[in-house]
Amino acid sequence: MGLWRDISGTWKPMWITLRYLFRKPVTIEYPEQKRTPPPRYRAQLILTRDPEGKERCVACYLCSAACPVDCISLQAAEDADGRRYAAWFRINFARCIFCGLCTEACPTLAIQTSIHYEICKRDPLSLVFEKEDLLVDHGGKDKFYNFYKHAGIGVCKPRGGGDGEYGPVDVKDLLP
Amino acid sequence: MLELLISGLLILIKLVLIFGVVLGLAAYLVLAERKILGRMQMRPGPNRTGPCGLIQPLADLIKLLSKEDFMPADADKLVYLFAPGLTALVALLTFAVVPFSPPLHIFGRELPMVVCDLNVGVLYFLAFSSLAVYGVVLGGWASGSKYALIGSIRALSQLVSYELAMGLAIAPVIMAARSFSLTDIVMAQKQLPFILTQPLGFLIFVVCIFAESKRTPFDMPEAENEIVAGFHTEYSGMRFGLFFVGEYINLVILGSMTTVFFLGGWHGPLLPPIVWFAGKALFVAFVFIWVRGSQPRLRYDQLMNIGWKVLLPLGLLNLLVTGAALLWMNG
Repeated sequence: MGLWRDISGTWKPMWITLRYLFRKPVTIEYPEQKRTPPPRYRAQLILTRDPEGKERCVACYLCSAACPVDCISLQAAEDADGRRYAAWFRINFARCIFCGLCTEACPTLAIQTSIHYEICKRDPLSLVFEKEDLLVDHGGKDKFYNFYKHAGIGVCKPRGGGDGEYGPVDVKDLLP
Repeated sequence: MLELLISGLLILIKLVLIFGVVLGLAAYLVLAERKILGRMQMRPGPNRTGPCGLIQPLADLIKLLSKEDFMPADADKLVYLFAPGLTALVALLTFAVVPFSPPLHIFGRELPMVVCDLNVGVLYFLAFSSLAVYGVVLGGWASGSKYALIGSIRALSQLVSYELAMGLAIAPVIMAARSFSLTDIVMAQKQLPFILTQPLGFLIFVVCIFAESKRTPFDMPEAENEIVAGFHTEYSGMRFGLFFVGEYINLVILGSMTTVFFLGGWHGPLLPPIVWFAGKALFVAFVFIWVRGSQPRLRYDQLMNIGWKVLLPLGLLNLLVTGAALLWMNG
């Protein structure tokens, strides 16, 4: 019984490999064949714009703070109307681990991951992306979200004028 | 004088041809192995260099030649340099007695299609297959590394154990053919190849050549998860390449030897004899690759058990039965 099991166990794998020899390879030959990653794939980070075409980033530094490898650095600046923006914004992709924590920290959905994964370079210095390299002219994964429609105190709209917002509560009104 | 010159020239041409064909075959067997193993694992295998990856051997050669040739500090210099060459050389020398076609008749002279038709060709083959272990053992010993030494000792004991069973598997063939000459052995298989009359001997022989070639499932001498890479751990560049080429020349040799002893040599219908011979030898080489793609590595004690407790008694039994049968048939 044991001998028969050994003999059949020797022949079975031979038969299986012989069958597989005549099957088509399932390999995706990369430079010629490219696949589109799923939409939530975490590759190169981008800075997106709101539906009006303005920059979403309000330079709150939350992405930089959330980054576990400290690859994001930026400098906040202010418009004439008091709206904040990033004067410069720099991501060092030689350090980035594509964890996506910055995108989770971002309150305005400005920084997002994209499916663009071919960012390898020979020179590590060319992996440092500046704001011009990062800024795209679309809304990324959420095309309709506009942070200043919902929040943004006293900058673009009167206090409490956003969608789903109500005006300031008159605290005196609540007195017994 | 002229006669001598012409025969000398013919031998030289034969030598160069065999040299070129065997080395070319060894180089392309590497590619074939990678391709076949790739297809068995549902991937295409090497296909970047040239059409279908056909110049891959050249690329491998350039890579091996341009690597740093490193020599460990503890190495026995002379033996260390000598060992890989020995492996490849011994494998190549074995090819001197392999007959791959019946004698040709050109310009009224008979041209034997074998470098040297020794009347003790079988002994020559057995002697050189035991010499082949010298390259491995000396290479492992001269590296001055424990792992390489363990690998070479394993290779040594493995070859010693299986050499005996292999001799016993071939002995009935010699008895049936009544000659030690490889050409006569092939001639004796004109009607029926010995695989049909000696199936047990064939099985023992096949297991033995698998052990002899130090390939899966008997690749304990280079078991990389226990002893790094075995006897060639300390070798780099073209020196490692020579070990590698030696292994594949050995594959061609063992394939042709199986063909000569059991598969009927150059005999076959329709096609010219040399095609039959090459086809059979390459088929055996394919089986080697196929087994490598399918079988897991044995344990060392299992290997020794099979060699001494199964193959050796079976070989002796086969020898006895064949002898009795021959006596009965003649008497």
